[in-house]
Amino acid sequence: MKPTLLKMLFVLLAGVLLAPGAAAKKLNVVTSTTDMAALAQEVGGDKISVESLAKGYQDPHFVEAKPSFLLKLRHADLLISVGLQLEIGWLPPLITQCGNGRIQPGAGGYLDASQFAQILDIPTGPISRALGDVHPLGNPHYWLDPDNGRRIAKGIAAKLSEMDPADQAYFQQRLADFEKRLSEAEKRWEAQMAPFRGRKIVTYHNSWPNFAHHYGLDVVGYVEPRPGIPPTPGHTFQLIQMMKRENVKVLIMEPYFDSKTPNSIGAATGAKVLVLMPSVGGDKASTDYFKLFDYDIGLLTQAFNATK
Amino acid sequence: MRTISIIALLLSLCGGAWAQAGATPAADDSALQQKVRDLEDRIIALEGELRSMKQQQAAQAPPNGTAAPTGAAGIGTGPTPAPASSNGVLGVGILAQGGPAPTYGGAQSNAKALNPDISAIGDFIGSAGGNSASPFAGLQPFPALSMHEAELGFQSIVDPYARADVFLSFGEEGVDLEEGYITFTALPAGFVAKAGKMRAAFGKVNTLHNHVLPWIDRPLMTYNLVGGEDGIDDAGFSVQRILPAPKGIFLEATGQVFRGDSGDAFSPLFSSSRHSDVSTVAHLRGYGDINESTNLDLGLSYSRGHNNVGSDFLTNLYGFDATLRWKPLRRAIYHSFVARTEAVWSQRQQLPFTQRSFGMYASADYQLGRRWFIGGRYDYARRPSDQNLLDRGGSALLTYWPSEFAQIRGQFRRTQYAEGNDANELLMQVQFSIGAHGAHPF
Repeated sequence: MKPTLLKMLFVLLAGVLLAPGAAAKKLNVVTSTTDMAALAQEVGGDKISVESLAKGYQDPHFVEAKPSFLLKLRHADLLISVGLQLEIGWLPPLITQCGNGRIQPGAGGYLDASQFAQILDIPTGPISRALGDVHPLGNPHYWLDPDNGRRIAKGIAAKLSEMDPADQAYFQQRLADFEKRLSEAEKRWEAQMAPFRGRKIVTYHNSWPNFAHHYGLDVVGYVEPRPGIPPTPGHTFQLIQMMKRENVKVLIMEPYFDSKTPNSIGAATGAKVLVLMPSVGGDKASTDYFKLFDYDIGLLTQAFNATK
Repeated sequence: MRTISIIALLLSLCGGAWAQAGATPAADDSALQQKVRDLEDRIIALEGELRSMKQQQAAQAPPNGTAAPTGAAGIGTGPTPAPASSNGVLGVGILAQGGPAPTYGGAQSNAKALNPDISAIGDFIGSAGGNSASPFAGLQPFPALSMHEAELGFQSIVDPYARADVFLSFGEEGVDLEEGYITFTALPAGFVAKAGKMRAAFGKVNTLHNHVLPWIDRPLMTYNLVGGEDGIDDAGFSVQRILPAPKGIFLEATGQVFRGDSGDAFSPLFSSSRHSDVSTVAHLRGYGDINESTNLDLGLSYSRGHNNVGSDFLTNLYGFDATLRWKPLRRAIYHSFVARTEAVWSQRQQLPFTQRSFGMYASADYQLGRRWFIGGRYDYARRPSDQNLLDRGGSALLTYWPSEFAQIRGQFRRTQYAEGNDANELLMQVQFSIGAHGAHPF
């Protein structure tokens, strides 16, 4: 037994000695999703390096806990998560196994961005999984409201300033610049969407409550009978009847869902099926937080204009 | 309560601002809008703080449920304390200790605030067809109908430095501590250490609980050479660390020392009769992403322990495992493919001379759609105490997922035992999971 133990000890010791030296000057930020990465990049500029674990075209509920993510997490100074149990199936085991004490929940390098945002759909009554894969803390797709984007950016700027006080002025200046550009963009998006306030839409998954709330859209139904439960013929039939009755002409879906059922609903009701991007990087065009809204609002207004 | 009054004050300020706008038509609209927006931001920031405070407050509350009410009902901004669901645990979460950020799971009421995440997984198995396995065979038939296992999981953060995971396996005949260990997550130099009873890091299938296996049973190799259903599952400690490697390659070494008792009546492996009869496990894992959809996972394992012949007789196990996974990110919930293989070489010291036995399996699973999976497995394993006895088998599987929390599976299994008797069995399994949302298997 002794030689084996000694061998193990040697391997582990070699690992420590050969480990990369002190952390680089830039704050190393890892985020669970691309939206948090985009917002962190806006305020962090070239004083941080930032990387997202999930891709923008991936369902953030079902990311795989790949060991290659551990390589990113083990050197992270700051981990920004969406929270509200969005990443519950994959992020906690990665945090446990990465061997990085700085980003453990409760430590200084762990930031749950949901604390800065307006959270909708917080259950007020009894909940159980009979309701599907419900999020007991509220809807986690909150970044799709530009006002929340501004609030999250502000929260990230405060966190970066706390971790790197020498660059506080830089982060605050970048935040001010981001807020200014966002306000201008918001005016533009507001003007584009204003004629369609009150329009009824159907979405595949309940990913769009914050977006709908911000632009005054009325989400009247979902392709999924319950969150996380695939469409059933009975529910689809009822949805088609309801859409005809309510004259719903736009159906929104995410790029990671199968378009077969939405397309058949579209064919039966005359509704346009739009694949909107729920996250930055979901499409080649939506490369940052501004372009994400440009893309989605562009498609939506086109569809609203084409349908009555 | 103070926070509520602050929000009320801000709301009245908002109201005042609007009233003022009406009174002075000359006022600058955009400045006013900005002011309202700022006030709205402050309310939302306060709501966020309130959510965090409630979680912190909950974390500090005494566990006997006598703490002050959360006050959520008064303002309607936070989650209303949810009545206990039938399993009584839904939404009880891991709490951040001392940090401002809310973490996974929701502290729904102070009474349950310090409870760990609790989950229960049921595993019901039915079996049809004949299997007249000899009592010396590792693979024994399942009963016609059995509640094979109900696994209770308790998982929580212990303190800022560690988390704990306890899994109790209730069978029809008794209770077994499947795993129960503490993981030190904040050690220096990137080490992660565990102490307690755990499934050893020998290969892949040995680390997996029954409910995450891609089959109803385990491979013949496990029953014959690696301790049966429980496998190498023992009390001890474990140290692991990610090793330096070329960019993009994940390399991890794990070293474990156990008391030295593993295996069951049909699959004895290690047996400890003295304090010094410890068993050891070493595992080296290499992983690389071939592209964003495909990855390759390779492992080398070694284990050594004293066998049931006596303290002076050792069993050495050498293992190799390979897993190829494919999951296109844009269609991750609909299609995936996993191919895996493991091989084990066993050297068992016994009288009159050492037995050298080899076993392996190769399996593949393909996800046809969101709810359907098909799979197959080939088995080949010699017996550890008689290298001349060879068992072989094969299985075909079909799995259906009504939701993420339930699974129905059928498996046709053919086994050709060394004694010459063949067994053709049809196995059926229903699995369900209640309580806290666990991690998805990888």
